[in-house]
Amino acid sequence: MTGSAIVVPIMLPLLAATLTFFFRRGAITMSLLTAAGTIAAVVVLSLEVMDQGPLSYTIGGWDAPLGIELYADGLAAVMLLMSAFVGTAITVYAAGYFSGKPAVARHFWPLWMFAWSSLNVIFLSADIFNLYVGLELMGISAVALLTLEGERDALTAGMRYLLVSLLGSLAYLLGVALLYGTFGVLAVQEIGEQMFPSPATWTALALVTAGMALKTALFPLHFWLPPAHSSAPSPVSALLSALVVKGSFYLLLRLWFDVFPEAVTPAAGQLLGILGAAAIVWGSILALVQRRLKLLVAYSTVAQIGYLFILFALLTPEAWSGGVYHALSHAFAKAAMFMAAGTLMHALGNDDLDTLDGSSERFPLSVYAFGLAGITLMGLPFSGGFTAKWLLLSAALETGQWWYVTVVLFGGLLAAGYLLRALAHLLTPTPTVKVQHEPARGTEATALILACVALLLGLVSAPILELLQVGAPLGSMIP
Amino acid sequence: MTSVTLYALSGMVVVAVCVYGLVSYPHLIRKILAINVMGSGIFLVFLSFSRRVPGENPDPVPHAMVLTGIVVAVCATAFALALARRVHEVTRSSYLPEEQDPPEEAG
Repeated sequence: MTGSAIVVPIMLPLLAATLTFFFRRGAITMSLLTAAGTIAAVVVLSLEVMDQGPLSYTIGGWDAPLGIELYADGLAAVMLLMSAFVGTAITVYAAGYFSGKPAVARHFWPLWMFAWSSLNVIFLSADIFNLYVGLELMGISAVALLTLEGERDALTAGMRYLLVSLLGSLAYLLGVALLYGTFGVLAVQEIGEQMFPSPATWTALALVTAGMALKTALFPLHFWLPPAHSSAPSPVSALLSALVVKGSFYLLLRLWFDVFPEAVTPAAGQLLGILGAAAIVWGSILALVQRRLKLLVAYSTVAQIGYLFILFALLTPEAWSGGVYHALSHAFAKAAMFMAAGTLMHALGNDDLDTLDGSSERFPLSVYAFGLAGITLMGLPFSGGFTAKWLLLSAALETGQWWYVTVVLFGGLLAAGYLLRALAHLLTPTPTVKVQHEPARGTEATALILACVALLLGLVSAPILELLQVGAPLGSMIP
Repeated sequence: MTSVTLYALSGMVVVAVCVYGLVSYPHLIRKILAINVMGSGIFLVFLSFSRRVPGENPDPVPHAMVLTGIVVAVCATAFALALARRVHEVTRSSYLPEEQDPPEEAG
C-alpha cells in the first residue's frame, strides 16, 4: 500500500466522473463508493505522513520533467482530509437535494467528481505546471456546476466567474513561464532551493499572487464571489465556498513558502495581511446589510477569507498553522451553513430573510445546524474557529502587531452581528410558515453533522495540528 | 537585445494588450477572444525560453507545456462560448448586466 495510496484521491473521483457520465442509473451509488474509498485512502495517507514524514511518488516511474510527481506533507494531508470529509457530506446532501431533478442530477455527478479530483490534484502536485492544469480543471468544472440549473442570475454570475477564473489562471501560467525561463525546472522543491531575488522572479511572484488573490476573492478582488456563490444550487454553493476557494489559497500558500521564500519581502506579506484585514471588515459589514440569507452567507465567506491572509503578515509557525486551521474549520462550518440555508430556501420557496421567519418551528435541525456552524465562524470557545483565531492572535501578539489582534476580535463581533441577525429571523415565532416542499431525507442531518464536526475541531485539534507540522515551511510550532 | 528577450517581451506585450481588452470592452465575445489571445501570448513567452541556452538543441519541455496549454485553452474557449450563448438566450443580451453588481463595486 505504501506510496500508492497517494494516487487514489485523484484517480478514484476521475474514474467515477467518467463512469457516472456514461452510466446514469448508478451515479449516486458510484459517487458514494468513491467518497468512501477516498476517505479510506486519505486516512491511510495521513497516517503514513504522520509516521514517515513527507511522501513523494512518481507516477508510472517517469521522472521529472516528463513524468508527474506527487508530494504529500502535513499541509497536503490536512487539506486532503478536509476535501474528503466535506466532499463526502456534499455527495450525501446532493443525493437528497437533486432527487426530484433528474435532468440536473445527470450532469451534476460527473462534474462534481471532476471538480473533486482536480482539487485533490492541486493538493498533491509537486510541479508548478501540473498545478496549473489542476487549477484550470477546477475552475471550469466549478463554473459548469454553478450554471447547472440554468437560471438567469446563475448564468450571468457564472459567466463573470469564468472570465475571472481564466484571467487568474493565465496570470499564474505567465508566472510559471517566467519561473521556467529563469530556473529551467518545474518542481516546486527545486525552484525553491534555487530561488533568488531578481526582476523576473519578482514579476513571477506578483503575477502568481495577483492571479490567486483574484481566484480566492481576496478584497478588493471579491466582486465576483457573492453573486456566484449565492446563485448556485445549494450543494454547489457549499462546495464553492468550502473547497474551491481553498484550492487557490492552498496554491498561494505553497508557492509563497516553498517556491518564493527567498524572493518575498516583508512589505509584500504586509500588503496581503492588510488586504485580509480589510476583507474581514468590509465583508462583514456587507453581510450585515443583506436581505437574502444565501447572499449573507456568501459575504461572510468574503470576510472569512480575510483571516487566511493574515498569516502572510505574521510569518510565524503559529500564524501559519492558525491560518491553515481556519481554512479547515471554515470549510466544515461554511458547507454546513450553505446546506442549512439551501434546505430552508428550497422548503420555503425563497431565501428572503422575512420569508424565513419562524423556520425553526418546522425545521429545527437546519436552524440548529446554522447556529452551530455560526459558533465556529464567530470563533467562540471551544470551536474549530476558536483554535484558529487563538493561534493567529498569539502570533500577532508575539510579533508585536497588535492591530491584527483588534481586527480579528472586531471581525468576531461583526460575525456575531450578522449571524445573530439571520438567527433572529429564523427563530421569530410566526403563525404563517408556508412550506412548499418537504426537505429531502438526509439533507438536514448532513448539515448538522458537518456543523458538529466544525465545533469538534476545537476539541480534537492536537492530532491535526501535529500532522500539520510534518514538513511545515516555517518550522514546527510544537517544541 | 537577444532574440530570446525579444520574443519573451513581445509575448508580454500581447498579454498586456489582452488584459486591456478584457477589462475595457464589455461585449462577451470580445472578452472571450481577449482571454484566448492572452493564452497565445503566454505560449509565445514559453516557446521563447526553449532557446534559453544558446547553441544547444531547443529544450522540448516548453513545447510539451504549450501543447497541454493549447488543449486547456481550446476547452476553456469552447466552454466560455457555449456559456455566452446560453447567457444570450436567457437574457437577450451579449453583455453582463453590470447593475447586478452591488452598487459600491460597480465600474
